[in-house]
Amino acid sequence: MKTLQEAQSEVIEDFSMYDEWLDKYEYLIDLGHRLPPFPEELKTEDRLIKGCQSRVWLDTTLEDGNLVFRADSDAIITKGIISLLVGVYSGRPAAEIAADDFSFVDRLGLRENLSPTRAGGLASMIATIRETARKYV
Amino acid sequence: MTQVEKIRQEFPELGERVYGKPLVYLDNAATSQRPLSVIRKWTEMSEKYNANLHRAVHRIADLATAEYESTRDAVRDFLNAGSREEIIFTSGATASINLVAFSFGEAFVHAGDEIVVGEAEHHSDIVPWQMLCERKGAVLKVLPVDERGRLCIERLPELLTERTKLLCVAHISNVLGIVSPVKEIVNICHSRNCAVLVDGAQGIVHEGVDVRDLGCDFYAFSGHKLYAAPGTGVLYGRRELLDQMPPYMGGGEMIGTVRWSGTTYAPLPQKFEAGTQNIAGTPTLRPAIEMAEAMRDPAVLENMEAIKSFMLNRLRSDKRIRLFGDPTDDKDKIPLFSFSVEHLHHEDLALILDKMGVAVRSGQMCAEPLMDRFGVTGMLRVSFAPYNTLQEAEYLMDSLERAIKMLEG
Ligand SMILES: Cc1ncc(COP(=O)(O)O)c(C=O)c1O
Repeated sequence: MKTLQEAQSEVIEDFSMYDEWLDKYEYLIDLGHRLPPFPEELKTEDRLIKGCQSRVWLDTTLEDGNLVFRADSDAIITKGIISLLVGVYSGRPAAEIAADDFSFVDRLGLRENLSPTRAGGLASMIATIRETARKYV
Repeated sequence: MTQVEKIRQEFPELGERVYGKPLVYLDNAATSQRPLSVIRKWTEMSEKYNANLHRAVHRIADLATAEYESTRDAVRDFLNAGSREEIIFTSGATASINLVAFSFGEAFVHAGDEIVVGEAEHHSDIVPWQMLCERKGAVLKVLPVDERGRLCIERLPELLTERTKLLCVAHISNVLGIVSPVKEIVNICHSRNCAVLVDGAQGIVHEGVDVRDLGCDFYAFSGHKLYAAPGTGVLYGRRELLDQMPPYMGGGEMIGTVRWSGTTYAPLPQKFEAGTQNIAGTPTLRPAIEMAEAMRDPAVLENMEAIKSFMLNRLRSDKRIRLFGDPTDDKDKIPLFSFSVEHLHHEDLALILDKMGVAVRSGQMCAEPLMDRFGVTGMLRVSFAPYNTLQEAEYLMDSLERAIKMLEG
């Protein structure tokens, strides 16, 4: 398995291939479409990430000492964004996730290209992943 | 140059670019753009007439008061109200409605009384009534809309009882874009001794409003949707009712005399204008009204009609699209279109349209109960103003098609 740093660098590299914002969106949409199906029964109120415009669910399980994240959203671009985060952080020890500063998101340049309300949604996703990890530490 | 092109030049924001593309502003129902005449008046109020109103004898205060009070006359004329005392300046439609919810409530609503609100109301015309009902132990009832978005006024007679004190309805819904039959509603309500408040936040922009012809008891609107400065607004109220209502807020300027033994209140309209008013903003209502009237030019109206029929044709003929607010008679529809696209989320569409330079609204549009009524989490809304062009409508629909293709992947 890739290290956290490697996984982050890879996403940054993928993302920087696109100059045009529409292409970046296409990349996110594609990620969204490829996210594995999320069981309907897990779409519960307590799994909803608060502070997003569209509905985003995050499910966390502990497997062999690692946190495994699954997520879904009813909006595809949001789904692409959460998929990107899940891809980087899922399957890692809680302590490693909790210790990360999540600054790779800034290096993606994603935040600047979302409207303030959507950037707020991204911040909520990050905060939820971080807090979840801290709870398991 | 066409009439519309000439008008566009008066609105600086319309010449802006976003992401390197010309801005196509189709979120006019949220707030409209402002013409130079409004911007100049706004600045002028700070540069030349900045003094507090009514309170001083000095020259600048006189001039400021004259600007402010002549705006009241302009609004009275614009609404064809019976007198200038019936025009109360507020900070917007929300403030106007809350004023009525409090003051009318204090005067006329008691435990067990009933208030009726339309099902398509903005939260600003729902929550104040819920708060009033909570405070007074009154009951809130809902006048439904049908599948096409039409208010079911045939249900009105059975909804009204001898306990119904007030009915509140939007002149035009900010989601459905359908003009409510206000005159008919007023006739039914008045025959049952029920007063009527009209939320005119959208109505004032699209319809020539004559409050005496409509017959409503209250008419509320915001300046910022009518090309004026934000933080400005109007409450029209029938004098007979306003006179019986206690003040909403206590403070400076709304008083007759203040003694420890008790206070008397100023006459209308000052009774409802406590504290320092929006002295720079409110006078922009005058040039804004002039602009609104100038835009009722036949060439401009024809342009709006062309946009409306283009949009209705395209939206109705597209099997993937569900249009909310689809009256049988197109005359009842304004060029405001809320819709959803099969399998796609409104937020995704809005995000991509934004990158293409098109500003639209997505979400619940402050009308959650209406979203529930139609079983959706939100909608996409495009709302046109008289300064929008048919080319912009065409660009919107081309962009929408591209966005749909992108999202379907
Ligand atoms: C129908 C309707 N009512 C009330 C309001 C509230 O207006 P404001 O926020 O300017 O007070 C709006 C604005 O969105 C509206 O469209």
